[in-house]
Amino acid sequence: MSRSRDEVVCSKSIPERMSGNEAVSYAVRQVNPDVMPAFPITPSTEIPQMVSSYIANGEIDTEFIPVESEHSAMSAAIGAEAAGARTMTATSSAGLALMWEELLLAASNRLPIVLTLVNRTLSGPININCDHSDGMGARDTGWIQIYSENNQEAYDNYIQAFPIAEDPRVHLPVMICQDGFITSHAVENIELLEDAPVKAFVGEYNPEEFLLNPGKPVSVGPYAVSAYSMEAKRAQEAAMERAGKVILEVAERFREMSGRSYGFFEEYRTEDAEYLMVIMGSAAGTAKAAVDMLREEGHKVGILKLRVFRPFPEKEIAEAIKRSGCKAVAIMDRCESYNGCSGPLGSEIPAALFRNKVMVETVNYIYGLAGRDFTVEHVQDVFAELEEVAQGNKEAPNHKYIGLRE
Amino acid sequence: MKNTVEIRWHGRGGQGAKTAALLLADVAFKTGCCVQGFPEYGPERMGAPITAFNRISEDKIRVHSNIYDPDYVVVVDETLLHSVDVTNGLKREGAIIINTPKSAKEIRSLLRGYKGRVLTVDARHISETTLGRNFPNTPMLAAAAAVTGIMSREEFLTEMQASFAHKFAKKPEVIKGNMAALEMAYDKAEKEMKKASANVADASGRRMKQSA
Repeated sequence: MSRSRDEVVCSKSIPERMSGNEAVSYAVRQVNPDVMPAFPITPSTEIPQMVSSYIANGEIDTEFIPVESEHSAMSAAIGAEAAGARTMTATSSAGLALMWEELLLAASNRLPIVLTLVNRTLSGPININCDHSDGMGARDTGWIQIYSENNQEAYDNYIQAFPIAEDPRVHLPVMICQDGFITSHAVENIELLEDAPVKAFVGEYNPEEFLLNPGKPVSVGPYAVSAYSMEAKRAQEAAMERAGKVILEVAERFREMSGRSYGFFEEYRTEDAEYLMVIMGSAAGTAKAAVDMLREEGHKVGILKLRVFRPFPEKEIAEAIKRSGCKAVAIMDRCESYNGCSGPLGSEIPAALFRNKVMVETVNYIYGLAGRDFTVEHVQDVFAELEEVAQGNKEAPNHKYIGLRE
Repeated sequence: MKNTVEIRWHGRGGQGAKTAALLLADVAFKTGCCVQGFPEYGPERMGAPITAFNRISEDKIRVHSNIYDPDYVVVVDETLLHSVDVTNGLKREGAIIINTPKSAKEIRSLLRGYKGRVLTVDARHISETTLGRNFPNTPMLAAAAAVTGIMSREEFLTEMQASFAHKFAKKPEVIKGNMAALEMAYDKAEKEMKKASANVADASGRRMKQSA
């Protein structure tokens, strides 16, 4: 029952350079989870490969289970976590899609599994490159979802995933997302943390209830009649509601350890922004660089980079947009919903604004599908158009595609 | 972006252009730079044209797009000049380094009117002389380091020596040849850069900044 997570041990920063996949694998080595079932799929393949090397070299004693599909990977993860083992897996794209049924089981059985998702588009056409359609496809499966801008955030978010997932107030699985190839395969600078502080931060895993506990037998995944099912689902949603507070507490402890701050989202130069862009993942970095250039030219523009997508920080987003006092918001989706009107963020952000009575013009853009490059110039074009729309010179385009070959 | 050098690599699958880009990022990191090294991924096949990129900067790098207006272009396989527009977007004040036994003058006609500096390094010859086999990426890595001037010759060679000692821990006999390949290519590229800078300066009637 006891968690040795009360005291924060400060860590020195270790400057390194590595890819996003290497960074997550390095964090896996530091956390040393009990079990990792995995099936390789591009672009996340390197993670099980590198973790296997750590195991083969005797650096960690994680039980690696080479399964024959992602369906089995998540099934094995559920079994291991239910048995009382700290469990993780890694996947991408069709791999996550094949896990779909089990994703719901993991969440509804309140199993704090950590999945590192390297975002890749879903077929078709078949393509190996990045967009968020895999993660977004799983957005209503009951998993906490945290998106990363770069290798540093993929590393930091992975370390924070375990204390969030395993918190008794939460007990939900966590998906840590990073952009396929753009982040997973790009070598960039990173500040690593020392092993001992990371281990202390993540702490021992002492589940309250687990299958391999003869003194306290439990059932996992039994049939529930209608008289009880709805209560179970409500309890699961209540856990998601509580997760927000825990995510912020864990972020605060992480700041004490590492010196790096995280929240539900990052506000970049939003304080006096007239035009805002809401964006997730690696494209947020490109957008920040564009904002700096536009600011030098006198344009008051800013970025709201969403980090925590589930639970959806509805109130906080609406408040942040209101606080900026902006005239218009560009909502950027690296995913199509095929609903005929908007991408996922394009639906949820305006809903958040409406419910919180923040009335501001929004324009939804779709960008970067299946690895289509997203550049500083694209960001500049979006802000230019937003300005036109807000000044009444142009009608707001609905659900507009960026960088499309016409 | 200010204070940032952007490099685009063109090669064919299997020639090690991606590895060279990652090694350049590695060695630049060791000399204290902020770095990015990444390939453009697609349905890779042996021999198919591939592209890889480097950003090297004094400041934190946040842009995560491909590079369209590079300062430097490195071509690991000269046969690409016929099928790929390798100088597309390349800055006039930049330079292109091509692996070929031909001279810059001979190769320039294939560069679709590029007016900047053209350098040639016979990476195949250097590799076959020093390593006994054609590994064009090792000499081209040294050429890129020499031309971009992101570090001194000594820094580059010292870091590469350490990197090879690690990489070839189980076959240390190949380190000497690899180091010789780097030195030969570095010196050739440096010489070519001086020559190209002088030529371009003559042609344009104004002095070109030489960054090497």
